[in-house]
Amino acid sequence: MIQVRGLTKAFGPKKVLRGIDLDVAPGEFLTLVGPNGAGKTTFLRILATLSRATGGDALIGGVSIAEHPAQVRRNIGLVSHRTLLYDDLTAVENLQFYGRMYDVPNLNARIDEVLHQVDLYFRRHDPVRTYSRGMQQRLSIARAILHDPQVMLMDEPYTGLDVQATAMLRTVLQGLAASGRTVIMTTHDLELGLEVADRVAILSGGKIGFQAPAKGLSIHDFRRIYAEQVAG
Amino acid sequence: MNFLRKVAAVAWKDLRAEWRTREVFSAMFVFALLIIIIFNFALELRAENARVLVPGILWVAFTFSGMLGLNRSFIQEKDRGSLEGLLLCPVDRSAIYLGKMLANSALMALVAVFILPVSFVLFNLSFGALPMIVVVTALGTVGFAGVGTLFSAMAVNTRAREVMLPLLLFPVAVPLIIAAVKLTAGIMDGLPAAELARWWQLLIGFDAIFFTLSFMTFDYVIEE
Repeated sequence: MIQVRGLTKAFGPKKVLRGIDLDVAPGEFLTLVGPNGAGKTTFLRILATLSRATGGDALIGGVSIAEHPAQVRRNIGLVSHRTLLYDDLTAVENLQFYGRMYDVPNLNARIDEVLHQVDLYFRRHDPVRTYSRGMQQRLSIARAILHDPQVMLMDEPYTGLDVQATAMLRTVLQGLAASGRTVIMTTHDLELGLEVADRVAILSGGKIGFQAPAKGLSIHDFRRIYAEQVAG
Repeated sequence: MNFLRKVAAVAWKDLRAEWRTREVFSAMFVFALLIIIIFNFALELRAENARVLVPGILWVAFTFSGMLGLNRSFIQEKDRGSLEGLLLCPVDRSAIYLGKMLANSALMALVAVFILPVSFVLFNLSFGALPMIVVVTALGTVGFAGVGTLFSAMAVNTRAREVMLPLLLFPVAVPLIIAAVKLTAGIMDGLPAAELARWWQLLIGFDAIFFTLSFMTFDYVIEE
């Protein structure tokens, strides 16, 4: 579903990504971990077509992000630690706006469906600014899945969430994985990342230093390998 | 048709959010009103000199208050992170430009709807000239918002973004402002249409040229 080949990104003289090669199969959930500044967010922004790669390319669903970014956008949903929502609009108004931009068919029915999925239907007519951080993040997921994308890119979606909101978001994520979507999630939480993923990868120094199936990898081993990769 | 639906969605979203808070409109309106009142007292306008000065005062009020709205147009999106959501949408970026430009024009026009009658009363002007001045205001507003929306998108990624917009916009908008002031003055003075023709041409020409340029270049401006 996602093929990344030789992806590089430099900001002036600073090289952030130094040639990333990565394959993610359809329906696979990949957790990408790495220290601050490793390039996780830059990598996801490039896949989401929000930033241009300096070199290399990635195919999403067989479509090049460099050559056909608009076509790629239709097939991806992005959740980041920022909600990408409009605080002064209600949940329904936010979703109506994005639904119109994505040409979502039967929009009102689809909005009800995704709001039920993230358990926010009862607050649908309240302005987003009245929501807790956890509720905003759940609505952000509803926004991202509204147009039924096959690929979900999640950039540290747990940032700023309390324990209860984290547990609820974990349930939503497991639902996403079960729905057959391809997911790439970045996180600092190794345990949580390992728990929800089919495969884990470590991005360090602008390269994928390690990747392995999550099944059979203990959190103890994962922490040890992570420490080794980060050290260097 | 589909393109226009996207344009309408962007404009609707901006105006709906503004309707909830009235944050930007209130600031624009109060600022424009203050300009009118301050000039009125500072220049001690009498009937004989009002006609000379009022066109300039009106357009200072419109453009400076418009600047407040244009500045917020992309800064709000950038600060709350929703600009990324907007750029993620699989639409032609010019639809985003057009939607934003329509919302900005609507806000500027709404300020003018309140400021024009107040000015006419305050400066004791004849309401007979009002319909044609409304036409000039509409054309000037569209032109100013058109080029301003492009520069607002450009300025949002700079460090001193709130300072940058007026520095970028005013030099470019000078022909439009001059044409609008000259037309407003000419209409107030009751000059024949033939004498004002070249200012109409400049105003309409500016609108057409800069709207087309902004429409075509927005995609490159908004990219990282």
